[in-house]
Order: sequence, then structure tokens, then C-alpha cells
Amino acid sequence: MPDLIEKTADVPAQGATEPKPEKPRSLGSDAWHDLRRRPIFVISALLILLLIVIAVAPSLFTSVDPRAGDLRNHFLTKPNYGHFFQPDWFGYDGQGRSIYARVLYGARASVVVGICVTLGTTILGGIIGMFAGYFGGWADAVLSRITDVFFGIPLLLGALVILNAFSTRTVWSVVFAMTALGWTQMARVMRGAVITVKQQDYVTAAKALGAGTGRIMLKHILPNALAPVIVVATIALGGYIALEATLSFLGIGLQDPTISWGIDINSAQKVIREAPFALFFPAGMLSITVLAFIMLGDAVRDALDPKLR
Amino acid sequence: MGRFVIRRLLQMIPVFLGTTFLIFFMVHMLPGDPVRAMWGDKAVDPAQLASIRHNLGLDKPWYEQYLTYMGHLFQGDFGTTMGNRKVLDVITEALPVTVRLALLAFVFEIVLGVTIGLFAGLRRGKSFDKGTLILTLLLISIPVPVLGFIFQTVFATQLRWVTPTVQDSMNIGQLVLPALVLGSLSLAYVARLTRTSIVENIRADYIRTAVAKGLPRRKVIGTHLLRNSMIPVVTFLGTDLGALMGGAIVTEGIFNVKGVGNALYHAINLNEGATISGFVVVLVLVYLAASLIVDLLYAVLDPRIRYA
Repeated sequence: MPDLIEKTADVPAQGATEPKPEKPRSLGSDAWHDLRRRPIFVISALLILLLIVIAVAPSLFTSVDPRAGDLRNHFLTKPNYGHFFQPDWFGYDGQGRSIYARVLYGARASVVVGICVTLGTTILGGIIGMFAGYFGGWADAVLSRITDVFFGIPLLLGALVILNAFSTRTVWSVVFAMTALGWTQMARVMRGAVITVKQQDYVTAAKALGAGTGRIMLKHILPNALAPVIVVATIALGGYIALEATLSFLGIGLQDPTISWGIDINSAQKVIREAPFALFFPAGMLSITVLAFIMLGDAVRDALDPKLR
Repeated sequence: MGRFVIRRLLQMIPVFLGTTFLIFFMVHMLPGDPVRAMWGDKAVDPAQLASIRHNLGLDKPWYEQYLTYMGHLFQGDFGTTMGNRKVLDVITEALPVTVRLALLAFVFEIVLGVTIGLFAGLRRGKSFDKGTLILTLLLISIPVPVLGFIFQTVFATQLRWVTPTVQDSMNIGQLVLPALVLGSLSLAYVARLTRTSIVENIRADYIRTAVAKGLPRRKVIGTHLLRNSMIPVVTFLGTDLGALMGGAIVTEGIFNVKGVGNALYHAINLNEGATISGFVVVLVLVYLAASLIVDLLYAVLDPRIRYA
């Protein structure tokens, strides 16, 4: 029994001396160190980098206008698999537009929607979760019930209702609809993390030193509660891209001047027997994109969550 | 236990009211006038328009409409569609189809997902485990519309095992393919969750004890390992049943199933506020009931969890 007491008394002393001899790596840099050696992380990061380059400057890879339909190359010309990076590489769609060019230009909408919705839900859900977790009591009860209310509406269904309100839908209306309903998961994760961190000794210490609420939240709690939020956010990003494509596929997401893989999948479904390639390429690009983000999320989770190692 | 259930039921009331309020508000914000739309391009007598609007209660402010709606709802009256059909009839026609579809998908998820996850977890690091991780990752990445077309092409057009679209929405045999597509994403999640949970628990002390006291392997895995690993899976499954019913829109569209998703899609396009609200009320009730059952299942699975 005395043995046990001695041990517990030892722990804070150890913690206090820890930072002095050679600076230990923080959770973030430790995770980064671990990540760089994972092939899955490297592959998915390179894929995402390529996608972002395509999204920013699709004209680097093709000189064809993806909206120009040329009826000479007309209706559903078969792909010419030998013609690398040429307009007819992936064939032509129902209106004589180059599928290769459309697949490239379609990346922008997906990447923008994915990143913006993830940022939006993380910030909105993060703030709500932070307040609920930190203040507890009544604030928590009210905010948690509000989260429950939004969580109770299926995301796809709610997004359909909101998007129906826009007569012309752009990338931003899709981002708005998905953010307005998608923040609940982030709020729950953040709330849980904040409640755990709030009870740590360093928060009590900061309070004892007279730090204000804002300072405690931003400087002490936020950095330490961020890891699970980052994990959920990276995995969710792939899901948001898939959801955008599903909405556009249903004809209630993005609209024609915007090029989206979902719209192309929808128009290709009508000619699936005659021209399966018209469905295959946008669907394939979409799947690879979602896969890349989910693999990245998996790798980040393994690196940030030491329990699973 | 009884007190816990009552407290949970009471907590559900504000969530139920909030969700119906939110969806009512969202539907009300939709532009376009469903009453005016009944005439199409033809000219309308404003007096006639006003009288129909008055009969439907659409001339009142929206919060008053909400109160009336809720009042009727508690008497089991879901209102009428613009075509003067009872919304309750539309719901009772579509709901059984989607309940079958969702339950079938749910069974696939539980049976296949848990079995695959269990074996992958038991053979951690072996080829079956790696194969499961890769396959589930692929299944998660392929968006549902694409997966639907792949299944439709392979099983219906190429192999001719089933018809490409569903002819009779109440026939369970024909619903198997759509249910597989609908449940595939969650199946992958269930398999992964089960695997992670099994891997975590297999090193626990109680498993060592169970093995040490000479229990047969089946019993160690069945009653000790699997039961204790089910909590995260059950949590996921609880929120998933509602999501399956709401997410059936895409699958029902591809396979021509006349269920909730189909009816909702038309209702949203036609701006049928009462129908949309009615279906959402039902979906929210399913979600609330499922989350209550999940909480009660925790206590069954883990005897350490007790509700006072």
C-alpha cells in the first residue's frame, strides 16, 4: 500500500521536470513524424495534391473547352485509349463534349465543396461544441438539444429540402445547405473532447493564475481538444464530396454551367448500355477522389490516436 | 430502469418538437406557390385562389400554421396533399415498402458486417484482415449511385439473376439487390467498427481469464469477446436505421422502388409541404425510437452499465 501512494505522489513531479531535458515532440509533430513513413499517407497525399492542381488549373492538362460540344465528334464517340491526354482519350458524351476535359474540370466543384463544407462544419460545430462542453449546465443542455434536433434530420433529405429553395444553385448554395445540416457530428466530437480537457490540471492552473475565459478556451483547451476533431473532419471530407455528387446526381445539387461529376453520372445513366464509358470515367474519378480523402483520414487517425497503434 | 426510460422519453419531446419545427420552417421558406401551380400557365381568378388558400389554411402566418399542424398531428391527422389526398394514406402506402427495404439492408449489415469484422479482427494482420480493410475502403469510396449502376449492370443486365428494376415493390425477393446497395456503405462501416473493437478487446484481461479457465473457444468468442465488442457497433446501428430510410432516395430511384424515398422526392419537387413534413415526422420518430433502444441495449450488452 505505501508503495502505491509513493507512485501517485511521484507523477506530478515527473510531469513537471519533463519539458526541461531535450524538448519532447508535441502530439502534432509526433504524428507528422509517424505519418511521413506510411505509404498510405504518401500515396493519398500525392493523389490529393494532384487533384488540387487539377482543380486550380485544369487547363494545364487539356486545351479543350469542356462546355464546347462539337457534333462532328458527335454523340458518344468511343474512347481512343491510345491518345493519351488528347481530347478523345475518354471518348465524347451525348452532346459531343470531351469526357476527358469534363472529368478534369469537374474536379474543381468537388474539391471546393469538400474543403469548404469541412471548414464550415468544423468552425460552426467546433464553436457550438466548445461552448457546450466548456460552460456545461444550462448552456450545454440547450446546445446539446439543438444539436439533437439537427442530428435527427437525415442529411441527404434536409439538404434536398434546403436546395429546393434556391432557383439557381451554385457551389455556394450546396456548401451552405450541407454546412447548415452537417455540423452536428463536429459539435458532438468537440464537446466530448472539451469536457475531457477541461478537467486537466493545466486548465485549473491557468484559472488559478487569473486567465480569462477566452484565453483559457483558445490557448489551453482548443489546441488540446483539436486532435479528434481533425480526425473526424478529414474522414468526413471524402463523405461530403460523395454527398455533393449524390445531390447533383439527383438533379438538385449543382446545375449545368457548373461542371460536376454527379451531373455527368446522371446524364450518362440514360445511355448506360450504349456508352458505359460515359459513366465510367466521371464515376471512377469521383471514387478515386473520395478514396484518397478517406485514406488520408485513416492515416491521420492512426497517427493522432496512439490507442490504435 | 423505468425512471431512465421516462426521463429519456421526456427528453425526446423537445427534440421531436424542434425537428418538426425546423423542417416546417425549411419547407415554408421554399419559394413558389403550390396553390398557384395547380393552374399551370392558365389565368386564375384571384378570389378563387384566395378561397382555396383560406380553406387550406395557407393564408395564416407560418407559425400559426405550425401550431395548427402540430395540433392536428397529435390527433393523428397528417393533413392533406394539394391533390386532396390524405397524407396519412400516402405514408401508409410508401412506408411498408421502405421499412422492408431498410430492414433487409439492416439485416445484411448486421449479419455480414459483424461476421466479416469478427473474422478480420481474430486474424489481425493476416491476408483476410488486409483484404477486408481494402474491400471496405473501396466500398466506402464508391458513391451509392455508382454502386447501384455497377450492381444493376452486373447482376441484372449481365448475369440476368434479377430484373434491372423492381416490378413489385412489396416482393422481398426483388428487394434483395436494392437492399444490398442501400446497406453496402454501412456494412463497410459495421465491419470496420467490429474489427477495431475486437482487436482492442481481444487483449483484455477477461478474455485471458476466460481462456485460462478452460472455456471452449466458441464460448470465449461468442459470449465474452463479441458481446463486449458490440457497444460501438450498436451505437452506429442505432443512428443508421433512420439514415437508411432517409437515404433510400437514391437507391429507390435507381431501382424504381415505390417507397418513402420515391414519394419524398416527388413531394420535394412538387413543393408539397404537408407530405414532406409528414414523412419527416415519421423518420424522426424512427430515429428517436432507435436511439432509445440503443441506450437500453447498452445495459443488456454490458452489465456494468446500469440505469438508475
